[in-house]
Amino acid sequence: MMEPITGTFTVKSGLAEMLKGGVIMDVTNAEQARIAEEAGAVAVMALERVPADIRAEGGVARMSDPEKILEIMDAVTIPVMAKVRIGHFVEAQILEYLGVDFIDESEVLTPADEENHINKWDFKVPFVCGCRNLGEALRRINEGAAMIRTKGEAGTGDVVEAVRHARAVLGEIRRLQSMAPEEMFTYAKEIGAPYQLVRMTAEMGRLPVVNFAAGGIATPADAALMMQLGVDGVFVGSGIFKSGNPARRAAAIVKAVTHYRDPAILAEVSRNLGEPMVGRTVESMSDDERIAHRGW
Amino acid sequence: MKIGVLALQGAFREHILKLQALGVQASEVRLPEHLQGLDGLIIPGGESTTMGKLAESFGLLEPLKSFTRHQPAWGTCAGLILLANRAVRQKKGGQPLIGGLDITVDRNFFGRQVDSFEADLDVPALAEVAQPEDPEGPFHAIFIRAPAVVEVGPNVQVLTRLPGQGPIVAVREGHLLGTAFHPELSNDLRFHRFFLRMVRER
Repeated sequence: MMEPITGTFTVKSGLAEMLKGGVIMDVTNAEQARIAEEAGAVAVMALERVPADIRAEGGVARMSDPEKILEIMDAVTIPVMAKVRIGHFVEAQILEYLGVDFIDESEVLTPADEENHINKWDFKVPFVCGCRNLGEALRRINEGAAMIRTKGEAGTGDVVEAVRHARAVLGEIRRLQSMAPEEMFTYAKEIGAPYQLVRMTAEMGRLPVVNFAAGGIATPADAALMMQLGVDGVFVGSGIFKSGNPARRAAAIVKAVTHYRDPAILAEVSRNLGEPMVGRTVESMSDDERIAHRGW
Repeated sequence: MKIGVLALQGAFREHILKLQALGVQASEVRLPEHLQGLDGLIIPGGESTTMGKLAESFGLLEPLKSFTRHQPAWGTCAGLILLANRAVRQKKGGQPLIGGLDITVDRNFFGRQVDSFEADLDVPALAEVAQPEDPEGPFHAIFIRAPAVVEVGPNVQVLTRLPGQGPIVAVREGHLLGTAFHPELSNDLRFHRFFLRMVRER
């Protein structure tokens, strides 16, 4: 019999498996965290500022104050995630020490390294990383990510980029499945992904880890749209606590993700939610205002 | 035989794949009417607070209670918590439970995610159902932010503990089965076979 062992890829990706069919919500304090838990969130993302405020205020966005993260960890029993800058492995060491349940190496914060992501195999805590296409997803998995999320465009309330990125990943997987084995070697080179992971994805017909959608989801219908496109769950950032009635909207989005194929329930939960977040169309933004291109 | 898997949230797909691998018809349960005609029910791993909340919102809590009173049911991890009569370290304000197993569970007994682990368990009862194609010996179990059973009533059978007289992590009481770990993630069908035999014997 083997001794119990912690921090394996199986237990890291296993937590992601348990989050499936769920909603992960951005929260900035203990009170919001409890509202999210009460609404049925499967996890919360502890932040100092939601992406919409990071956009509005500008400046360098970094890992949150540990005091803030600990306050949120203390307030709820569900898993707590927190963000680190791309490539900033010391911020990740700090979050692992604090005991956060999942680290998001996130383009929403200002990148610390413009060439390298964190070597996530070095950590016992699991990582989730963003992607815009299959190549980017498989590069992150190769670095040890235990979960993937499509990036979308955070802090906009505009779902268009979330749809674009989910369609890119899922469409590329469908095309991959129709390829001859010898074509996969070239394809792996073209998308800059390791061949072994490309082949594994083709065999499984999906990414080798859980894949959520993120970036611009603001309504129950947005969440159900992403689920019907084929993701495993959703992240909702600014969409909840920048809206008129966060508790009600949060609960409605949770219900929409479970019953994503049931228009009667979707219609019911979409009623009287109050004002959605104001939002900004991605189309109206200049290239340097967009953050999805961060990460390589 | 038809087995339902509670599909409000969590790893329901993995249970369905295991049941299909054993040639059993499996269906997703999201609303009360989905319980009709089922011979047994599996409550998967996931977040117990989320599942409890969704069950409550869609009027599923009472139908689940009456189903599991008489019909075979198996809870894994979050499912074990939901099937317990008592849970400690619940979220602030408490959380809805289905109940049925005369046990007390400690919700995050082993700590946070960095404490999640894999371990080999000696489960003598599995020998009764094992097939030649199954792995031999201990059951390789995966514990994710797992609960443990900290108290059992007189009619509860302890199926296994962690090695070295560790905490109780699998129990059976009549037609109800509970595991603190995730057989749906293990490459081993023996726990699913064990539950299906409970359903057949019912």
